[in-house]
Amino acid sequence: MLKHEQIEKSVPLLVILTFLVVIWGGLLEIVPLFFQKSTTTPVEGTKPYSAVELAGRDVYVREGCFLCHSQMIRPFRAETERYGHYSVAGEYVYDHPFQWGSKRTGPDLHRVGGRYSDEWQRAHLMNPRDVVPESNMPAFAFLANAKAKNTVGADIEAKMQLMRGYANVRGIPTYSDEDIKGAKAAIGDMTEMDVLIAYLQRMGTALSTFK
Amino acid sequence: MSDFVSDFWNLYVIVIVLGSILACAVLLIVQGKATFTPGKTMGHVWDETLEEYNNPMPKWWSWLFVITVVFALVYLALYPGLGNFKGMLGWTSTGQHAAEVAKMDAQVKPLYDKYLAMDLKAVAGDKQAMEMGKRLYLTYCMQCHGADARGAKGFPNLTDADWQWGGAPEQIVETISNGRMGVMPPHDSLGAETIKDLANYVRSLSGLPHDSVRAGKGQTAFAEAGCVGCHGADATGMQALGAPNLTDKIWLYGSSEATIIETITKGRQNKMPAWKEFLGDAKVHLLSAYVISLGAK
Repeated sequence: MLKHEQIEKSVPLLVILTFLVVIWGGLLEIVPLFFQKSTTTPVEGTKPYSAVELAGRDVYVREGCFLCHSQMIRPFRAETERYGHYSVAGEYVYDHPFQWGSKRTGPDLHRVGGRYSDEWQRAHLMNPRDVVPESNMPAFAFLANAKAKNTVGADIEAKMQLMRGYANVRGIPTYSDEDIKGAKAAIGDMTEMDVLIAYLQRMGTALSTFK
Repeated sequence: MSDFVSDFWNLYVIVIVLGSILACAVLLIVQGKATFTPGKTMGHVWDETLEEYNNPMPKWWSWLFVITVVFALVYLALYPGLGNFKGMLGWTSTGQHAAEVAKMDAQVKPLYDKYLAMDLKAVAGDKQAMEMGKRLYLTYCMQCHGADARGAKGFPNLTDADWQWGGAPEQIVETISNGRMGVMPPHDSLGAETIKDLANYVRSLSGLPHDSVRAGKGQTAFAEAGCVGCHGADATGMQALGAPNLTDKIWLYGSSEATIIETITKGRQNKMPAWKEFLGDAKVHLLSAYVISLGAK
């Protein structure tokens, strides 16, 4: 038997044993998730992000939208009344990494797709207070000055390849070679704001009443 | 049906969970039976004089541990957690949500039904209904039309008497239920000069300062460029298309010459989403009545 003293005096042993204790929980809480249909199968109507949406998603991640906006409608009446159908695991199969967030300074965005017009999204991103005077969201007007092809879209093919790799592991629908080849053309001359709005307008539409 | 791709994972979860709990229980029992010599130390010394007694765990601490083991077993019997086993209570988070919604719906249904059966104008005059309407409005509508319902650039003011798509009760219900798609096409093909003429003409219609020579040319262009198709020969608009009245003092996007030129050149597109499926008829009814009550002020 190992003695208390042996463990305390040997750093490698302490590290290994600590690691074993930590992964024990992971074996149970993480590993089975990869083998559950509800977490690996897309909800009907969920499609891979188009090149434009994927670029927009990168703007979302880069600007840290997840710090103030969650993408997780919990199954409580108060939330489903306001936002729509609660979120289900199968809606996130194409999210790498997921943008669930953990804090709502602003509203949840998981069903924001189709809820506002493109014009509203644009006016709101330019200056939120133009449409919602009470808002404390910062303005993102600068997104209209940057071309997506030079920033988030610069390596869009490589990103799509990576996403295709993830999807293939799960055996779910993903991009064709043509999709990837046409990615740059799809993004074209769009600004970062344009691609971000494309992403927002698609969010959560699989289970939404707004299409 | 099992959510796992194979039955192995069912067993995997059960074995690890029960194994861990069992291991805790065994550890407790073994430790409970161990004998301790009072005053004996663990045999090591740190920082010159720091020693550690080898005493038994306090009883209250052991009992807390026992309680967690019992709690875990009871919990796993009642709630889902052991692989495919659904738990004796049959609890699910979605089931809890459905029950919560059903309970609340049953509670408010008589109220909604009562108002749904009433005429919109009558609902608009009902104090309680309008308090409900206001809450609905502040949840679903204020983002575009403003908390005071006075709108914003591109989003109509609901408190005035001007209605882009019609202010009759049934038209308001239609707007909220099925949404509206407003499209002013771009007219950059007309050329900058003609567009400037048109802008001056449009300003002249509402009595704003303008260049009268340009306004005169703009009047001709207004008829020739097809503006009359939507805004009408007298420029008073057409509610069926959502084409605004250009002769009044109400401007959706702004009345400056530069803004009007932008509107004509690039066109305007905006959309009111369709709420019928999301809200249901009863809430649309209340909201319509609330909007009517706003216009009545």
